[in-house]
Amino acid sequence: MRLHCPICGERDRREFYYQGAAVMLERPGPDAGAAAWDDYLHLRDNTAGDLDELWSHDAGCGAWLRVTRNVSTHEIKTVVLAREIKR
Amino acid sequence: MAELMAKTPLDDMPPRGIGSCTLEEIDLGALTSISPYAGAQIDAPFKAAHGMAWPAPNRATGKAGARAIWFGRDVSLLAGPKPDPKLAEYAALTDQSDAWTAVALSGDRVEDVLARLVPLDLSVAQFKRGHTARSQIQHMNASVTRIGTDRFLLMVFRSMAGTLLHDLERAMASVASRG
Repeated sequence: MRLHCPICGERDRREFYYQGAAVMLERPGPDAGAAAWDDYLHLRDNTAGDLDELWSHDAGCGAWLRVTRNVSTHEIKTVVLAREIKR
Repeated sequence: MAELMAKTPLDDMPPRGIGSCTLEEIDLGALTSISPYAGAQIDAPFKAAHGMAWPAPNRATGKAGARAIWFGRDVSLLAGPKPDPKLAEYAALTDQSDAWTAVALSGDRVEDVLARLVPLDLSVAQFKRGHTARSQIQHMNASVTRIGTDRFLLMVFRSMAGTLLHDLERAMASVASRG
């Protein structure tokens, strides 16, 4: 499996660290309430098909990436820098 | 007062030749990571201060004795001269001297040796002089830069010096044994 890092180009999977679903990019506000925080921290949909995930290019440039991957086929659809999504 | 002597990561190892390749420890001089602040325009001040271009991602500028090596997202490594303090206006300057093991691997089969250790296409068609990459050497996070036709600069954390030497020697021997 290879990922196309927007900074480094196409790289082997071993250079990356997998963090999980990209919900971490949608952090609730400090006063959003217990239900929103519970959802953010613990609840995941676990559906088949395309999933937005966070990967770190740990052994490369160090950037966090949002990778859209089909979890059934492992097809990589898009890779963008997490920095360009947030804010 | 006690007189302290600096030791290099590989303890001034003499150059080691195996097959047609040679491994040398090199002293890059002062090492400084330069991380530009958000929105700072560092290109012109860096060029004015050190006489070489600020490197684009995956590129290195300068020459032996004074290099600027792209070192990751929004960070480059100045190797050789001490940084001009004026650059602190544009970027965070952090001393990295003594933190990295630096070796030069050269020889006409250097690409074959590195092909066993680095998950990148380092052939000259893809990875020319002045190209650099952050990647891995075996399991070590590393910086790999082509500094000559058959010559690469390899850097890993200082604590990994022994493992780097071991892995490179094994790969050099294995390439040499294939004749």
